[in-house]
Amino acid sequence: MIAFEDWLQLTEAGLYCAPGGFHIDPSRPVDRAVITHGHSDHARPGHGAVLATPETVKVMQARLGEDSAGRFQPQPLNDPLTHGDVTIRLHPAGHILGSAQIELTYRGQRAVVSGDYKRTPDPTCALFELVPCDLFVTEATFGLPVFRHEPDWREIGRLLASVQAFPERTHLIGCYGLGKCQRLLALLRRAGYDRPIYLHGALKSMTDLYIACGQSFGELVLVSEAGRGLAGEIVLCPPSALKDRWSRRLADPVTAFASGWMRVRGRARQRGVELPLVISDHADWPQLIETIAETGAEEVWVTHGREEALVYQLGRMGKRARALALLGREDEEAED
Amino acid sequence: MKAFAALLDRLVYSPGRNTKLQLMQEYFRTTPDPDRGWALAALTDGLPFSFPVRRTIVELMNKRLDAELFRLSRDYVGDTAETVALLWPDTEAQGDPPRLSEVVSRLGLIDAQELGDVIASWLDRLDATGRWALLKLLTGALRVGVSARLAKTAVAGMAGHSVDDVEEVWHALSPPYQPLFDWLEGHAERPDIAGAPVFRPLMLAHALEDSELADLDIGEFSVEWKWDGIRVQIVAGRGEVRLYSRTGDEIGASFPELISMFRFDAVIDGELLVLRDGKVAPFNDLQQRLNRKSVTRAMLERYPAHVRLYDALLIDGEDLRPLPFIERRRRLERWHAEVRPPRTDVSELIAVADKEELHRIWRETRGAGIEGLMLKRRASPYLAGRPRGHWYKWKRAPITLDCVLMYAQRGSGRRSSYYSDYTFGAWKELPDGSLELVPVGKAYSGYTDAELIVLDRWIRNNTVERFGPVRAVRPALVLEVAFDAVQRSTRHRSGVAMRFPRIHRIRWDKPAEEAERLDTLVGLIEG
Repeated sequence: MIAFEDWLQLTEAGLYCAPGGFHIDPSRPVDRAVITHGHSDHARPGHGAVLATPETVKVMQARLGEDSAGRFQPQPLNDPLTHGDVTIRLHPAGHILGSAQIELTYRGQRAVVSGDYKRTPDPTCALFELVPCDLFVTEATFGLPVFRHEPDWREIGRLLASVQAFPERTHLIGCYGLGKCQRLLALLRRAGYDRPIYLHGALKSMTDLYIACGQSFGELVLVSEAGRGLAGEIVLCPPSALKDRWSRRLADPVTAFASGWMRVRGRARQRGVELPLVISDHADWPQLIETIAETGAEEVWVTHGREEALVYQLGRMGKRARALALLGREDEEAED
Repeated sequence: MKAFAALLDRLVYSPGRNTKLQLMQEYFRTTPDPDRGWALAALTDGLPFSFPVRRTIVELMNKRLDAELFRLSRDYVGDTAETVALLWPDTEAQGDPPRLSEVVSRLGLIDAQELGDVIASWLDRLDATGRWALLKLLTGALRVGVSARLAKTAVAGMAGHSVDDVEEVWHALSPPYQPLFDWLEGHAERPDIAGAPVFRPLMLAHALEDSELADLDIGEFSVEWKWDGIRVQIVAGRGEVRLYSRTGDEIGASFPELISMFRFDAVIDGELLVLRDGKVAPFNDLQQRLNRKSVTRAMLERYPAHVRLYDALLIDGEDLRPLPFIERRRRLERWHAEVRPPRTDVSELIAVADKEELHRIWRETRGAGIEGLMLKRRASPYLAGRPRGHWYKWKRAPITLDCVLMYAQRGSGRRSSYYSDYTFGAWKELPDGSLELVPVGKAYSGYTDAELIVLDRWIRNNTVERFGPVRAVRPALVLEVAFDAVQRSTRHRSGVAMRFPRIHRIRWDKPAEEAERLDTLVGLIEG
């Protein structure tokens, strides 16, 4: 029986599957890369060949350029692909459109690299699919027991109640351009909000991509084409624009921010957020524990976040757990 | 508790005054009695309890979660109460959240031993926000950025009343303030305040404008010094004494030497000061006495309190407010000569022959404890609020000094995208003869909107270092800073702090090397 470390190794670029000759989400340009999803701390330019879900390929080409990799190989979900002695299969991770877990089978052993994931159903992407395995390599963005997200519909309810209570103000919601923005749009429409929703220009390209992939978000208007004020309306913008000169054109805005980090008051205060919305595209602590247990994996590697508490807890649950320090992953909230 | 928790949660995050008022009004309008009365008590520091929450909840938490996970969580969040509110196992199946009135009444009867179990049972019935609010409530200090006066303003505004209307009856009532809400909602008469040592709304002054001064007939006005202390109202009678601040807060607990000595039946207006050997001490000294829950003998000796009286509203049950000022003064002086309450004196009136003399006196006012002049119309009755044309305040000309801009911080609320808060410094001479710039104050007002835009741009273009929301700039921009006085400060590296600094002018023309020396400021320190 070989150890997982014998065929899944850490190089300077990140996690490397030796028998397959490829990296997963490498932080530097490599010959072959399997990419879990299109966020910039996972998907980077300059690889020789990129394997990913068709949606992730589209995202990468739109964001990084059509020639940002030597070759793009779109791989449909659940379709096995054998490379050398390794079989690769992609499964939905439920994080954003096109996000995938990477299942690797080698000599009777099965490892699943989760990428970023969440269990909560999301109208804008396929639901996480549980894959039983022997080794689970999990993210740990919200790896502390204090992190329990709110039900997303409840937070949207709070947002809409606030819009009603303060009709003379604009509600300005900071969110990341890929994933969170589109999920918020979908959730708002599902909650029955049918007014036009205003977007900062930086959010346009990924929203258009989602629409091109068959999703619809009702009437959207660019702020640059809408003029000033927008009292009583909802505006989405990237987090950097919340306290920027750009926001000065809006009517006494209520600054909202949709992120799992809003669970902690100090974070919300730091960002000057008036209406924190605890909505996240990552698994929270209970979901992390539950998912890991459900996979049945005896061995767990923890990456990308707060590893210490999770490794400790997994140890108490009788698992062999260790933290994987991967370069190029920021310690704090790069994307959420 | 659900609505109360949601209110506190939103209040904590909202910087704007109007938003806070709207939130509170909506809460008071839609919440039943007595819960809303208890909420009002909580917001006005009127809850009678305060518990050692931290110890209790740490014990409770340790029974419910692994110690290491608790430790890691606490380290991350940084606040024990918040951590517990987040970590507490979610068992919403335990029943409906408790009502605020249930919580308050239970806490009024609780035993030290049962505290833990009772708190645990409530925490089980609440969600994360509810738990956080409950723990805040237990500490006795909400700290949600709402003053007692703002809460009263919200309640009053619910029914179109002014905060003064509410202040008038406030001290005759106790939580949960049912008679107050009944009256405000039109179901009952105004609560009867007869005999209760209630606060009466103050008569306030306008800042004197040049045009008004020009038109003024000096013969119609009485002139006195504007004392640099705290405006207070002494309400005494039937064995009770209250010392109220300008906003109707009771501050008597911090001044026991006054409260214990006032044995008379009157409502008097005056200035609270620290008086030493007949001289008024700097405001900084009075500040050492404020907000103290208990006072030591040393405090009493070092900072002896005194009230300089200047108006009488009621004497021996007779309401003097309809009388002209000059008549009230005569009554005040006569009463004071008879009763001679210790630690008080009457503010002297200044004889002024004409406007020239008035100007001269004003120019030369720089005595101990004097902020400027007060002009009170002799014929005016005592009117609540700030009616125009009756009382004027004329603060002495501020001192201005040229200082160098050192740091700029982003403002809050509407100004959060501008660098609007400025820390400026003066030159300190070091032992080796070289000069070092040290911070002497911080100001965020005094400039126009147009100047703010220019300053903001200059700061962005001249940043040498960034620390979060703060930028350190090249020491090249001189600001003329106006301020009232200089105090000693242990907080600033320079050892000095300015009182009420504001940006008077931007001195684009002045080179930074020619800005003020620290020595100049030190020389201006009062006392």
